[in-house]
Amino acid sequence: MRIYALAVYLFLYIPIGIIALFSFNAGRHASQFQGFSTQWYGKALSNPFVMDALTTSLTVALSSAVLATLFGTMAAMALQSVRGRLRLAFDALIYIAVMVPGIVIGIATLIALVTVFDWLNPILAAIWPLADAAPKLTLGYGSLIAAHGLFAMALVIIIVRARMAGMDRSLIEASADLGATPWGTFRQVTLPQIFPGILAGFLLAFTFSFDDFIIAFFVAGSQTTLPIYVFSSIRRGVTPEINAIGTMVLGVSLLLLVAAQAILQRGRKAG
Amino acid sequence: MESNLKPFSETQAAPIAELRGASKHYGAVVAAEGLNLAIRRGEFLSFLGPSGCGKTTALRMLAGFETPTSGDILLDGQRVNDVPPHQRPVNMVFQHYALFPHLTVAQNIGYGLRQRRPRPPETEIARAVDQALETVRMPGFGPRRIWEMSGGQQQRVALARAIVNQPKLLLLDEPMAALDKKLRREMQIELQTLQRQLGITFILVTHDQEEALSMSDRICIMRGGRIVQVGSPRELYDRPTTRYVADFVGKSNFFAGKVTKVAAGRTELAVAAGRQIAGVAPVDIAVGQTATASLRPEQIALSRETAGQTVPVEVINRIFLGEHTEYLVRNIDLGDFLVLVSRQAEASEGGFEPGDQAFASWTDGAALILSDD
Repeated sequence: MRIYALAVYLFLYIPIGIIALFSFNAGRHASQFQGFSTQWYGKALSNPFVMDALTTSLTVALSSAVLATLFGTMAAMALQSVRGRLRLAFDALIYIAVMVPGIVIGIATLIALVTVFDWLNPILAAIWPLADAAPKLTLGYGSLIAAHGLFAMALVIIIVRARMAGMDRSLIEASADLGATPWGTFRQVTLPQIFPGILAGFLLAFTFSFDDFIIAFFVAGSQTTLPIYVFSSIRRGVTPEINAIGTMVLGVSLLLLVAAQAILQRGRKAG
Repeated sequence: MESNLKPFSETQAAPIAELRGASKHYGAVVAAEGLNLAIRRGEFLSFLGPSGCGKTTALRMLAGFETPTSGDILLDGQRVNDVPPHQRPVNMVFQHYALFPHLTVAQNIGYGLRQRRPRPPETEIARAVDQALETVRMPGFGPRRIWEMSGGQQQRVALARAIVNQPKLLLLDEPMAALDKKLRREMQIELQTLQRQLGITFILVTHDQEEALSMSDRICIMRGGRIVQVGSPRELYDRPTTRYVADFVGKSNFFAGKVTKVAAGRTELAVAAGRQIAGVAPVDIAVGQTATASLRPEQIALSRETAGQTVPVEVINRIFLGEHTEYLVRNIDLGDFLVLVSRQAEASEGGFEPGDQAFASWTDGAALILSDD
């Protein structure tokens, strides 16, 4: 069993290790290591296309994570008072949202958005005072942020709710008993108690959006996120520059995941 | 001392809080039914009963966490049914203290004062917090974190957090349940002292009869969502109105039977095998009804000669309790029962050994004839 387990881990992590290793390759071949160098990191960071894609990715990740955290937390709080069958239905929908394959979400979102835009654009054009200046809804930043935000919201709901479930309900009663208004209780007791969950949810939402390729591929329109850029570059062959980008994305993601985990752990101890 | 000289005025006589026919139903489940109780200004009152008897529901209705399904809750003569907890001048010490883990001890204690509008200045809050810490004998603990405290210390902080607001009622929800026995006894004495010192009305919920008996001015005994009897510990011990109360408050021997004769101040009960027990019925019982005779172990005397209302017994077991000795004795008709003999009585009568034959006797008014519920 140990050998099988070892084989599984090697199979999983060796390719990732090789990408990280070859990102430091001095030569330009992806298959033979010719000495240590960080030149490809410099090349990647000075490539205007890479920087454009990175800016797009960061903007989308930050916006969708903020939206997902805000609405996810609100939904988690509202679900506290939902009981019975309705609660079961909501729980099922949230877990399904996390488990549905990205490609299904991508295609479904694309079809839905295109259909809605086809409906709305003529109406917008008709009611707009200046006929030529009417805005045209298209795929792009908006659809990326919306699709990522919706998916990440399910993640945030699950994490914040787990944190709420671990919170002592009598703290809220104690706060009210001591004269705090419902808003005062939320601000002074509930929020500090569930904050580790909210922060961890935000970091996970950010990581998810920053890493996502499949959903973004369908709904990005003319925009290019970093994973989409990597994918399209690979068709022209894998260069050490791509390896360097991949290694940086991996590093940032790992850092955020570890941070999220650490925050949840620390919060558990203190709360 | 000054308050003793004041004339007995209307306001002092008016109850500080009242339950008027208060009921709480959850669908078909009845948590409390028709509770009527006037809480006196400055008293230490306990709700006593097993879990699920409605005592916590009564407390939570006073705090405002539960709204009565019917009936009224009054605070200082005002109906407060629809007043939410944060607007009621009452404070609660929660069973597991419910201290805010993200705040320091001082921030916890000052929490209530900081919610007031207009908000008092910080210097005033700090002074009040220090004084409260002084009151619960924890001076200097202000900057500590909650999780650094022992259970007993957390209990004191919870107490300080409540009393600093000078509430009209201090509600205590089984506050000693999480403490070990020795610490519990200490806290009981301290709570009692504190209550006298502050003059705040304390309302304690407990399932521990010893705790209720030793601390309270009055006890409200509950069962199945209803109030069974309200009285001082002595009243409940000496004059329980039901078998349930007699059983719950102190030890007693019970003999079931049927009422055969009711005369002025004297009720006769036919118990097993034609034996009669005569006693006082605190609540009127009709002839023919089933009832129970209750005899406290210390009201029964044990002797070697027969005199008055006696039954022959065999001594089964003996437990030495210091000032008293508790005997378990057996009568062929009545079964086993307990007799508590003082050291003094034993000196004149001589001790009894298991296997000895003796006579158990009691005075005519000693037995209480109680209805069964």
